[in-house]
Formats: sequence, C-alpha cells, structure tokens
Amino acid sequence: MSRRSLVLGVWLGCMVLAAIIVARARYIADLSAFLPAHPTPTQQLLIDQLRDGPASRLLFIAIERADSGTRAQIALAMAVQLRRDAQFSLVNDGEPVGLEQDREFLFGHRYLLSDSVTAQRFSAAGLHAAIQDTIDNLASPAGLLLKSLLPRDPTGEFPHLLDQLSNASQPSSNDGVWTSRDGARALMVVQTAASGSDTDAQERAIASIRNAFAVSSRVSPERAGAQLRLSGPGVFAVMARAKIKTAVVRLSIASSALVVVVLLTVYRSVPALILGLLPVTTGALTGVAAVALAFGAIHGVTLGFGITLIGESVDYSIYFFVQSRRPQPGTQSLAWQRLWWPTIRLGMLTSVCGFASLLPSGFPGLAQLGLYSISGLIAAALVTRYVLPSLLPRGFSIHDLGPFGAGIARLLRPLREHRGLVIAASVAAALLAVTTLYQHRATLWNRELSALSPVSAADQHFDATLRADLGAADTMDLVVVSAPTLDAALRGAEQAGAALRPLIEAKAIGGFDSPVNYLPSLETQKARRDSLPDAATLSADLRRASAGLPLQSERLLPFVTDVEAARQAGLLSRRDLQGSSLGAAFDALIMQQKDRWNALLPLHAAAPGQAIDTARVIAALKLARLDEARVLDLKQESDALYSSYLAEAIHLSLAGFGALIVLLAVALRSLSRVARVLAPLALAVLVVAAALAACGVQLTILHLVGMLLIVAVGSNYALFIDRQESLHEAGGEPLTLASLSIANLCTVIGFGLLSFSQVPVLVALGTTVAPGALLALLFAAALSPRESHA
Amino acid sequence: MHLLAMRQHGQAEFVEQQFIGILDHPVESSGVLRYDAPDRLEKRTLKPHEESLVLAGGVLTVERGRSRRVLDLHAYPQALPFVESIRATLAGDRAALERVFRLDFTGDLAHWSLALVPLDPRMAKSVAEVRIEGTQDQLLKVEIRQPDGDHSLMTLRPLAAP
Repeated sequence: MSRRSLVLGVWLGCMVLAAIIVARARYIADLSAFLPAHPTPTQQLLIDQLRDGPASRLLFIAIERADSGTRAQIALAMAVQLRRDAQFSLVNDGEPVGLEQDREFLFGHRYLLSDSVTAQRFSAAGLHAAIQDTIDNLASPAGLLLKSLLPRDPTGEFPHLLDQLSNASQPSSNDGVWTSRDGARALMVVQTAASGSDTDAQERAIASIRNAFAVSSRVSPERAGAQLRLSGPGVFAVMARAKIKTAVVRLSIASSALVVVVLLTVYRSVPALILGLLPVTTGALTGVAAVALAFGAIHGVTLGFGITLIGESVDYSIYFFVQSRRPQPGTQSLAWQRLWWPTIRLGMLTSVCGFASLLPSGFPGLAQLGLYSISGLIAAALVTRYVLPSLLPRGFSIHDLGPFGAGIARLLRPLREHRGLVIAASVAAALLAVTTLYQHRATLWNRELSALSPVSAADQHFDATLRADLGAADTMDLVVVSAPTLDAALRGAEQAGAALRPLIEAKAIGGFDSPVNYLPSLETQKARRDSLPDAATLSADLRRASAGLPLQSERLLPFVTDVEAARQAGLLSRRDLQGSSLGAAFDALIMQQKDRWNALLPLHAAAPGQAIDTARVIAALKLARLDEARVLDLKQESDALYSSYLAEAIHLSLAGFGALIVLLAVALRSLSRVARVLAPLALAVLVVAAALAACGVQLTILHLVGMLLIVAVGSNYALFIDRQESLHEAGGEPLTLASLSIANLCTVIGFGLLSFSQVPVLVALGTTVAPGALLALLFAAALSPRESHA
Repeated sequence: MHLLAMRQHGQAEFVEQQFIGILDHPVESSGVLRYDAPDRLEKRTLKPHEESLVLAGGVLTVERGRSRRVLDLHAYPQALPFVESIRATLAGDRAALERVFRLDFTGDLAHWSLALVPLDPRMAKSVAEVRIEGTQDQLLKVEIRQPDGDHSLMTLRPLAAP
C-alpha cells in the first residue's frame, strides 16, 4: 500500500467514524450551557429552581386588543379547554373554579389547618372572645356571606384559614377574569406538568395554548380582533432554541456561500475550491464528534461557534494553495512543506494554546467551545499538511495571485515609508484605548447572567410587566428549609415561619408563603387535634362562654359535633391534597433533591417594588437557631455564579496568553521577534475592547472568548509576516500578503455575519472578532519592519 | 333620579343594624359612607371594628386590620346587590339599576321610597329586596332583606361635604 493511499484511508476512516458519532449525538439548547458543571449544594438548588422548579413551569398568557368583555370571553373559553388538558397542572384566570372543592377540603379540616387552634382558644374565655369576634365580623358584607357557617364554625377558623392562604396580593379582575393594572389585557397563569427544562414539552404546551386561543377566537368577528401574547421561562426557552437553531442554520449557509464565492473568485478553479473546503469540513466534523464524545451532549450554542471555525480553518488551505504556487515548477508541495508548514504548525499551536485555556472552565459552554476549536483546528491543519498534497491533481494550478498581492503591497507602501509615524500612531491608539478602558473600568464587564440570554430586552420587559400585574414579581427571595424527610422539612418551615412573623410586623417583609399553610407537620397537626376538648367539656365551656353574647349555646350543637368529628379523624398527609389546586400550590413549595426535602418559603416585599432586606431575614433565622434554613436570592445567586465564571474565564485567558508567549519564545528563539508577533495582536485586542466600551457595550464572557479568537487568528498573520521577513526572498511578499488578505476576508465574513444574528452570545463574538481580525492583519502588515520589495 | 345624578359627591354618617336569626339581638355597626360620582363608593366602618370597603370600577376592596381582599363583583354576583343598589341610586343611574333590579318608585320628592328586587336568580339567593328611602337628593335609610328573613337596616345622616 502506498503512503498516499494509507493517508487517504486513515482520513476517510476517521471521517466516517466522526460522521457516525455526530449523527448519533444529542443536542441541547437550554440555558444549561451557562450553568456550572460541578455545583455546590446551594448552586444545585438554584439550578434545580431555574430548570425544574415550580417557577420554571409557569406560563403567562395575555390577551390583548378587542374590548374587555370579548377578552374575558376568550380567556374563559380557553381556560375551559386548557383545564381538560393533562399537560397543565394548573390553569388560573381568576375564576373561582375549584374553589368549591378547595373550600370543602379547608372547611372539613379547619381544626388541623388553622394556626389559631390552641387549647387556650377552646377554653371558655377563648371561645367567648372568638365568638364575639365572629359576630362582629357578621356586620360586614364579606362576613355576611359566611353567616350560614356560623353554627358550625363560631370561632371563625374557616375565614381565618382563607386569610392565611391569601397572603399574596391578588391580581385585579375585570369581567370575571384577571386583568392587567392598566386594564389593557386579560391575564391567565398556567403551570405545566412537565418541567421547565423539558423544552420539547414546553413547546407542545405552548402550541396547545395557541390552539386554544385560535379555537375560542374563531367564534365571532369581534373575538377575531384579539391578540395572544405569551411569556414565561418555557416560552423563553422555546424561543431561544428556535432562535439559535435558525441562526446557526442561516449563518452557516450564508457564510459558507460567501466563502465559496470568495474562493472561486480567487482560485478560478472548482477542484481548488472543493479541496480548499476539505480542511474546513474535516475540522467541523471532528470538532463536533470530539465534543459529543467528551461531553455526551452538544449545546446548540457550540454549533453556533462552529461557524467561526469556517473562518479560521479555511485559512490553512488558502496558505497552502497560494504559497505552493511558487516559481519552481514541480516542487511546489515540497517547498511549501519546508518553508511554510512549520509556520502554519506554530500558528495552529498558538491557537490551540489560546483555546486550551477554556478547557478547564466550569462553564460547559466554554469548555465545549475550547475542545471543539482545538480538535477542529488540529484536524484542519493535519488535513492541509497530509491529505491535500496527496489529492492535488496533476497539473493543478490556481489563478496567479502575484498581481493581487502586489496591489496590496502598493497600498501598504505609504504606511511603510513612514514607519516612525505608524509606530507613533499605534502607540497613540494603544494609549487612547487603555485610557478609554480605564474610564469605563467600573462598567466594563456585565456581571449579570441575563446578559447572555437570547431573550430580547423588550420581551424581558413584557415578562416583568405581566409578573407585576399577576403579583408574581418578587418571588426571587426564598427561605429554604432543608431536611432529610418531608415531615422534618415541614417542621422546619413552621419554625422558620415563627421566626419570620415578627418581620411582617416590623414591615421588613410584606409576608411569606409556606407549604405548612396547606399541610402542617404531623407534630403540629397532632398538637392541634389534642387541643380540641371532648364534647362534654366543650358543651359546658360553650354555656359559660355564651354569657353576655347574643348567641345561645344550644344553637352551636353542629359546632360541638364537628369538633368531636375532628378529634376522631386521622391526620392529613400529602396524599389528601393530591389532584386539587391546593395540592398544586403545596407541591410548588416543596422540592425533593435526592434524599433531601426542601420547603420553600417565598418572601413578599412590604410594598411593591421595595427590596427585601435579606440581612434582617438571615439575622431572624439565625436568632431562632435555624441552621437548616437558608435565604436564597435567586437573581443575586445566579449573577454571583456568572460573575465567578467570568472571573475564572479572565484568569484562564490570561494563563492561555502566558502559555502562548512561552510557546512563541521557544519557537522563535528571539524576544524581539516574539514582541513583533505579539504587538499587533495586543493592539487589535485593546482597540476593539476600547471601541466596544466606547459604544456603550458591556463586555460579557463571550467578548472575552472573542478576544482569545483575535489572538488565535491574528497570531497566524503575524507569524506569516514574520516568516516572510526572515526568508529574505525577493518577490515572495506579494503572495504572502495575498494569501493573508484572502484568509482575513473569509474570517471577517464568517464572524461579521454573526453580528447580524439575533442571539446575543453570537453577536458578542462576531462584533469582537470581525474587526479584531482585520485590525490584527493591518497592524501586523503596517508594523513589519522591512521596506516592501514590490 | 335626576337630582341624584347631579350630585358629584356626598358624605354621610351611618348606623347599621343587622338582624340575624341565629342571634338574640341585632349586631350594630357605625361609620361614614362616602360617594364620588360616578362609581366610587366607600363605606368606612369605625365601630365595633375598623373596616374599609371600597367599590370602584366594579371591583370591591375590603380592608380589615392586616387583611385586604379584592372581589370582582362580576365573579361574585351574590355580593353585587349589597353595594350596587346604593351606588347606582347615589349615581342616579337608572339604567344601571334596571340592569340588575326590578324598580318600584313610590312617594314624592320630599319623601320617596325605592324598592329594588334582583333580577338574576343567583343574586336573589342572597338578597330578596332592597328598600331605599330618601328626601330630595339625600338617602335616609337602606334596608336589605335576605331570603331567609335576616335583614339589615342602615340609617344615614348627611354630613357637610368637606
């Protein structure tokens, strides 16, 4: 077997293997690319909340346009249809639906559920006070509605229970359904049965909602004028996935097409084009396969970054074709291998150095990008070195680029003739950039996770408006009580509740929800049941209690019967709540993590828009010695998380840069050459960062990655120009300049297109690398010390 | 009606007695009733317990101690006649009254009486009849009779508008 067929065989075998891996890989598109791979327990809780927590399963429905009555009719019809759909565990449009069943449950178990049930309350004095209070309540129209319950519930446990549950402020209503505060839209909230991270299920649920709206708005012409708008985490996840998908597909097609046009124009040869794309496709395929093997699943965003590889790996074949078109006929490949392969190899290694610094990142998105780029670049370079020469057809030639390169050299000549001026200008640009960056130092980095969200600011604002209207705005602060069993968690929640109650009086918080409002711990239930007196005692006490009251104790016989029944009844368990909206509310406040149970107590602000003083909450819990209770500020926690990853990425990038310097120093064996290679790169990075800051763009982790890419791509340019100088070869420079310009054009096209996508992470990358790569080449060419030979 | 419709706002002290079958004697409460044209009615009870009840734009807000409850009257038809009878009469809004009640107006301007019977059977379950007595553009008495024989009587004494 010849060496040629061996090389081709190995290459083809690898490609088939990679294709199989890529075809069988799993692709994911949720926010988890930006969540840590090895979280601490608090972070895990946060991630579970974001991915699967009750809040992640909420979808907000708004019906706009048309008049208020029509909107309400549509909402009511939709609610009927959605309630029949098993995809939704809860459908709430403000109707008192399910209230009857819930009321029966609450009324039937009022002596276990009400926190005012104590032995003292059932003494003669306690009964007297409670009954007096209930009679006073009858004077109000709200009390009048409860009049019929008086003989059975003279102590008012049931109305107290309703108060206990309606802690949160209710949204306003109009025409029988919830409406926004400005009255412009009818509102509904649904909770999906599937978790928020199940994007497919969320997509199906959203389709069902749209369908329900379409069905109910078809009924009459005035209904047809209404408009549906959706929001919530599931909507965002589906939107983000669709956006990333279309962006990746569209951008790959567009940049491939443009690169093909450029290459065809340059080579004027179809075989050259096909051969030129081989390193690119090999690199992309290898990169995806490597990520699939190492991570198990590929993030959609990683594929988006993949486009960027088109821009860099196409460079290798360009260098190969253009450089191998040397004056000595018949020896092109050999000359290329001797003269230029070491430079390409060094350029590839510097890129790998940069990307390797991403590998240890705890941010799966970055680690995947690192691995993808490293494996892709190595594969592309190897294909260029070993496969392409074997595939060159006899008599292969491309269009002569000498004149083109000479033209570029002419353009550069004025710069080179005034080298002192160019250096002065560069130094000035660097100083200006540093000054700008220094001025923006406080706001240079965006430390909020939402900066990476593919959801537009307008959509985020709409979501915030709906949440505010629905009173779901301030569920970002939680007290979490963790325990090994559900009952222990409930006991902890009761203790935490007792510690929090003084804070309501002090107006530090407005209130809080607690799972124990729906299901108290067994201990508490038992204590309440034990505090109920037997029938004889109760009757006697009632006779004494009714002295001075307008209510004869004989009329309260149903009360005595009910209390006796409660004394004999069993305690409530989670099973008793199942299937009711009370059960759904309870489940929303309980989370199970492996062998731990967490009770969630969402805190409400004392006034709308007011921040919750978490320090006081922590102090109150500490005072009560509740070690298993923690305060979780979801937004702060997730931002802190992102901030720590940003800091980590900055350190890793600096380390990568350091490694790159060492690599260059070893390969070039000259500090001044290292400085000449690095200066254009550093200048390009500085100027781009300063320009972004000056335009008011806050840098994110993706801008950082972009800077790394500038160094990775730009190092090739600087190294080639450096190599050209060291060759002292007359007439060679135009070819080098031509190949670099074409490679640069392809890179700028690939990354430039990213800036037009709707996905912020891709935009960040595009707007950094496209100008950065251009600047890197310009600086490298302008700063090269030698007079032009052209 | 026309005279009532001309009034922009008014304020009155009230004393309300609830006669409830199960109780030996009536429950009494008192406070201030305030009206602003066309659709805001506030009933502020001072004794025996402070309570505020505000009807504005079809939504009833009940505030009592720390608790606050918002009821949309469309969703709670049983609560509607209690407040809408007084509000629509104060507004002189005959059309609104006729949407909810069968009207029977007797007497003269110096001493008139308006009997209101709910049309909607759901409302009729909670209110059998509302009787309002007044003189000129002032309300003097509001009596609400429930189907089970319980009833309430509110006596009003106008206050000078602030």
